[in-house]
Amino acid sequence: MAETNLTSEVANTEELGLVTQARSGDGTAFSDLVRRYERKIYRLAKNITQHDEDAEDVLQETFLKAYEHLPDFQGNSKFYTWLVRIAVNEALMKLRKRKTDRTVPLDEPVDTGEETVVREIAVWDEDPERQFSQEELSQILNDAVQSLKPAFRTVFVLRDIEELSTEETAQAMNISIPAVKSRLLRARLQLREKLTRFFKRKGDDVFAYL
Amino acid sequence: MLTCKEFLQELNEFLDETADQELRERLMTHVSECPNCFVIFDTTRKTLRVYKGLEAQEIPDDVHKRLMELIAKRCKCSGASGGGA
Repeated sequence: MAETNLTSEVANTEELGLVTQARSGDGTAFSDLVRRYERKIYRLAKNITQHDEDAEDVLQETFLKAYEHLPDFQGNSKFYTWLVRIAVNEALMKLRKRKTDRTVPLDEPVDTGEETVVREIAVWDEDPERQFSQEELSQILNDAVQSLKPAFRTVFVLRDIEELSTEETAQAMNISIPAVKSRLLRARLQLREKLTRFFKRKGDDVFAYL
Repeated sequence: MLTCKEFLQELNEFLDETADQELRERLMTHVSECPNCFVIFDTTRKTLRVYKGLEAQEIPDDVHKRLMELIAKRCKCSGASGGGA
């Protein structure tokens, strides 16, 4: 544990060094930062927007804005968390602009329902993902995430894929901590429900209503 | 004992291991006595595990290239053009 902390401390210091160099106009340092995080930011953008072109726009805007606002980066949070905040803003703006995606206002309270809905209860195999190739699994998981409403999807992506804390997610989305928690629960349960179709143990067909 | 509804409301705390000891014990008691809630807990835990285990896809080459060209143009980075993702 102590070794892990030390490694991450060294990495943070190295990164802060790159940020400082980039801030003083060293383009190569900024390029290094871009290369370090472009894959994660692209994945984040793709997961939230569910759209290739929008994801690329978000990726480009995120790094351009980061470069422009580097002097504002105080170093109080990790550089990656700061980047994520910019990327989430850009991705949410894309969603708002897209005419076909007006289902849920992203920064307003979402009715998560009085009841937490659980319809299907079936036991899964111990390692259900092993029944599928990496490609098939990837498709199943992406389709399930895509089917979530944007407000739930974004919280799930930030908390469970990008592994931001509840507080960081609330800040990035400009919503309250209870709203993050309630949307996350709904997202997790909805995904569980969708994946049960693929992952349930053969022969088990138990339905229950709570 | 917690009801199933109360258990579900606290499921995040259980999954994220953020429940305090007293709540954790109540949640443990509930799953040990309620088969349905145990299945919900176990399958939701597996849901998170498969998502966390999903490898991030490589960024497409053309997307990477356009990004680096744009950055190079905007900030005149000498090392920003081309290069692997």
